[in-house]
Amino acid sequence: MTSSDKRSDAVASARYRVMHDTHYRYAAPVSLAQQLAHLWPRESSWQHCLSRQLTISPEPTRRRDEQDVFGNPLTRLAFERPHGELEVGARLEVEVLARPAIDLATSPSWESARDSLGYSGQPLNTERLEASRFRFESPAVRIKHAFVLFADDCFTPGRPLLQAVDALMRKIFTDFTFDPAATQVATPLLEVLEKRRGVCQDFAHLMLACLRSRGLAARYVSGYLLTQPPPGQPRLIGADASHAWVSVYCPRFGWVDFDPTNAVLPNLEHITLAWGRDFSDVSPLRGVILGGGSHDPEVRVTVLPVDEAER
Amino acid sequence: MPDLLAALPHDTRAYHELLDASGQVRPHWRRFHQHLMHSNPAQLSQRQALVARQIQENGITYNVYADPKGTDRPWELDLLPNLIDAEEWRGIATGVAQRARLLDTVLADLYGPQRLLREGLLPTELVFGHNNFLWPCQGIQPPGGTFLHVYAADLRRAPDGRWWVIADRTQTPSGAGYALENRQIISRTFPELFRELRVQHLASYFRTLRETLVSQAPCDTGETPLVVLLTPGRFNETYFEHLYLARHLGFPLVEGHDLTVRDATLYLKTLGGLRRVHALLRRLDDDFCDPLELRSDSALGVPGLLEAVRQGRVLVANALGSGVLESPGLLGFLPKIQQHLFGDELLLPSIATWWCGEPPVLEQALDKLADLLVLPAFPSQSFAPVFANSLDEAGLAKLAARLRARPYAYVAQEVAQLSQAPVWQDDCLQSRAIGMRVYAVASADGYRVLPGGLTRVAAEAGADVVAMQSGGGSKDTWVLAGREALGEPLRPRPLGVQDIVRRDPYLPSRVVENLFWFGRYAERCDDISRLLRVILVRYVDDDDEPLALEAAVDLAAQLDLLPGEGELETRLFQALIGEDWPFSLRANLQRLNGSAAQVRGRLSRENWHALVEIQRETHLLERDEGDLGELLDFLNRLLMSLSALSGFALDDMTRDDGWRFLMIGRRIERLQFLAEAIAGFLLGRAAQDQAGLEWLLELGNSTITYRSRYQAAPQLIPVLDLLLLDEQNPHAVSFQLSELKRALQQLSDDFGGPPEVGLDLLGERLRAVDLGTLDSPLFGEAGMRAVLDGLGDLLREIAEAAGQLSDRLTLRYFAHVDASQQTVSL
Repeated sequence: MTSSDKRSDAVASARYRVMHDTHYRYAAPVSLAQQLAHLWPRESSWQHCLSRQLTISPEPTRRRDEQDVFGNPLTRLAFERPHGELEVGARLEVEVLARPAIDLATSPSWESARDSLGYSGQPLNTERLEASRFRFESPAVRIKHAFVLFADDCFTPGRPLLQAVDALMRKIFTDFTFDPAATQVATPLLEVLEKRRGVCQDFAHLMLACLRSRGLAARYVSGYLLTQPPPGQPRLIGADASHAWVSVYCPRFGWVDFDPTNAVLPNLEHITLAWGRDFSDVSPLRGVILGGGSHDPEVRVTVLPVDEAER
Repeated sequence: MPDLLAALPHDTRAYHELLDASGQVRPHWRRFHQHLMHSNPAQLSQRQALVARQIQENGITYNVYADPKGTDRPWELDLLPNLIDAEEWRGIATGVAQRARLLDTVLADLYGPQRLLREGLLPTELVFGHNNFLWPCQGIQPPGGTFLHVYAADLRRAPDGRWWVIADRTQTPSGAGYALENRQIISRTFPELFRELRVQHLASYFRTLRETLVSQAPCDTGETPLVVLLTPGRFNETYFEHLYLARHLGFPLVEGHDLTVRDATLYLKTLGGLRRVHALLRRLDDDFCDPLELRSDSALGVPGLLEAVRQGRVLVANALGSGVLESPGLLGFLPKIQQHLFGDELLLPSIATWWCGEPPVLEQALDKLADLLVLPAFPSQSFAPVFANSLDEAGLAKLAARLRARPYAYVAQEVAQLSQAPVWQDDCLQSRAIGMRVYAVASADGYRVLPGGLTRVAAEAGADVVAMQSGGGSKDTWVLAGREALGEPLRPRPLGVQDIVRRDPYLPSRVVENLFWFGRYAERCDDISRLLRVILVRYVDDDDEPLALEAAVDLAAQLDLLPGEGELETRLFQALIGEDWPFSLRANLQRLNGSAAQVRGRLSRENWHALVEIQRETHLLERDEGDLGELLDFLNRLLMSLSALSGFALDDMTRDDGWRFLMIGRRIERLQFLAEAIAGFLLGRAAQDQAGLEWLLELGNSTITYRSRYQAAPQLIPVLDLLLLDEQNPHAVSFQLSELKRALQQLSDDFGGPPEVGLDLLGERLRAVDLGTLDSPLFGEAGMRAVLDGLGDLLREIAEAAGQLSDRLTLRYFAHVDASQQTVSL
């Protein structure tokens, strides 16, 4: 197992055990609560979930497991009896397969990718219709001229889309400082842009804003990242927390992931939970409670390679 | 008679509703015109004044009434209705119904298979880019299959006489209630004409709305559907209409926190517990309706509502997410969709519209930009509509750059030409630009159109924009029946013995809680006014009884009704109208108004009127500080209004649960005040002072009773008997104790729970007090003091117990009126 940012062709797959625990201790009793959990990984051609378990305390009065509108597994929970704490623990075993290597330089120009999604009065195939969902403003991603300007030097005329996106990812990685103290869940993107600081979520949102402000289709991916620093190498940021990155739609190539927090193209070390327009669509645990007082949760995430854990 | 028309300005470039191109009165206006010719300006102006007075008395506002900022604006209604003849109306109505059906079908597609997007008949930009396209609603099939229960089209009439649609209202179309209220006022203003002209009635539209919601509401076997009207609350610009419609339709008016979702089912929180809601007519915007799945920063919605809808447990009208069709960008696509879906033409054309998302269309729009109106395609944009002809060269260039930067977010539209209609203003006939909003409601056999609608009038003579937000007024719209049926007049469904309801089962707890506080604040204002009046009178008169004045001042300070230090005059001003003194009379009047505004739907018209009067007086007082004499005068008038309010509570309100809590609130407040005030008096220096006893009687509003009974100056024992023990005197402590006991007993009978006994025991101790001990010289001065102190302590215990009772009631009956909050974790 390597943890460099190079694609490793030597390893075809990796297996992980993920533990994701959320613990709310409310200052006052909560009489009624509803929670939406995006804690089960979605299936894809490069990822399979081998086992999954969700332990919830107190016992919810209602639980439904279904798919949300973006195709992600979603668990709806309702708690209709007073409770002072809430614990949700996810235990996952996931197999991640290596994604085929791609040549960024052979992708179509970013302008043609943009224009192919614009309205022309012609019928749209399912793939384009799907991509169109991710081209516009969403609760956390505004479309602003400032985001166009920020990425101008990456999107030079005629540049292959995926190269331009790769450049944008590296620009964010280079220009911005990872700083958990700088932002909160609700910090507006323009402020992130101004401060040049934030966390993976902010960087993903910023990158989405830059892409969508140009009319490109890009979605937010929520998941986990393996962080295991070998001696002498820097530790990747995002350890022991949920992670977020970006996926871009490119005609002929489909969806290609980019991680601006680490300047890598996600492969064997990124575990995908869910994707949507932004964080608000796929927050690991989002809810509304009645009562409760202050309620900062304690969240613990551990990602272990299976061979290390068991064998 | 002078010819009123002679002075009527007539702009021949626009269509005139009353006059044809040659200046002749149009045929369907002739009868009305005749009537005008037989009236003189004074009569008409007098009628206009009557209209204005009815509006004021009915409390019809566009903005909000009891707004603390005082931004309420009375509804503007012109004396003259606009007249539309039967045949022309038939065309409009057919066109509006056709359009409603089309838009309903488009919604079903967008939230279903999205064929229109796949086939290129609608751009994804206009749908997925719209903040009211609600992703979590994708795939939801509404009960009954209808997405668009209520629809409105904004129409303008071009110079050639044709009506054009300039906007579709698909989310929560407002104004039908105002149209109804307009009708009720104007039909009474011209009763003979109204009958003679055979004006079509509005009632069946509202009955159909009711029937549609009731019949489509999902019910379990044996359930009678409960339909509620959801309002964003009293700060909404059309709150009056919500109140009015709720009353007219017979739906409880509720706010988001009156509702709760349990097990994917929607419930109304009432005193008697949760009651299932089967259908929700909403006036709350799409994305605010459910903070769990939609906008998480909204406190106005109901968490979990969407899941209840998804599970088919509740009908929401219009369907959540219907606002997506309000984008002006869609207008240009509708004719082709109509053709595609139904194979025919749209009967009512839309105004020429260029959605800039298609490169060639953008160029067309830019070519003639200077003549166009530019609109945002989506409500989330921070861009207000711009008439490009109002811009200079630089402004135009800036606008063009803006369009080029994000073309799909902008829509260019031809500037609508508006027709002119006669209005009565400044004692003469004038012409004003008008527009008309026409409403359609879904029924079992297609859409039905309200034969009338809301005619809106431009604010000024030259203006060519009509919108309630930018001032301007309204008109009643008379659709003449011709040979057609009139429709049914406003007549409620006949109710039989089986329909009799003796108790409102749908009283939301929040309303009851506000009534409770309304009672407390009304009484508190009364108490404060009395005490401050006692002081003010004695201060202004410069009485030669300094002891009595000082004792009253001490008491007020003790009760926190007079700020601590400084000149008495300054302190009095503070206590009355101090802005930064939280216990001032002014602050309490504001609290009274705040709670009243929350329960407006429960108060009679007269009751509300008394409140508005109090509010008006308060505003006057705030604006102009005046002198102490004026303040005294104000206190006298205020006490009068407050006593009218208390009279309404006794005589004007139904004795339902809300009323009972209102009265309990009043009694708790009075008991607390009386007990504390008398205790303070007894423990103070003026306890045996005759002038002191005089003001104590005033405070207890018992001066007259005392005089008629004793024909003498007040003395301690009879005064105490009257204010403490007399069960006939509503200002006596024991009277309030007995009444409270009775009311609490009834509550515990109805709602269960342990009986409230704390006050009973104290009441028994009070009644056991032997005032004779004050009479006996045996004990001497020291003994007298001891008796007074004992009595004072007992009264303080009573006051404290009353406060605790209030807390317990709040906990027991209103505890679930709690705020919800969002949580999110990574």
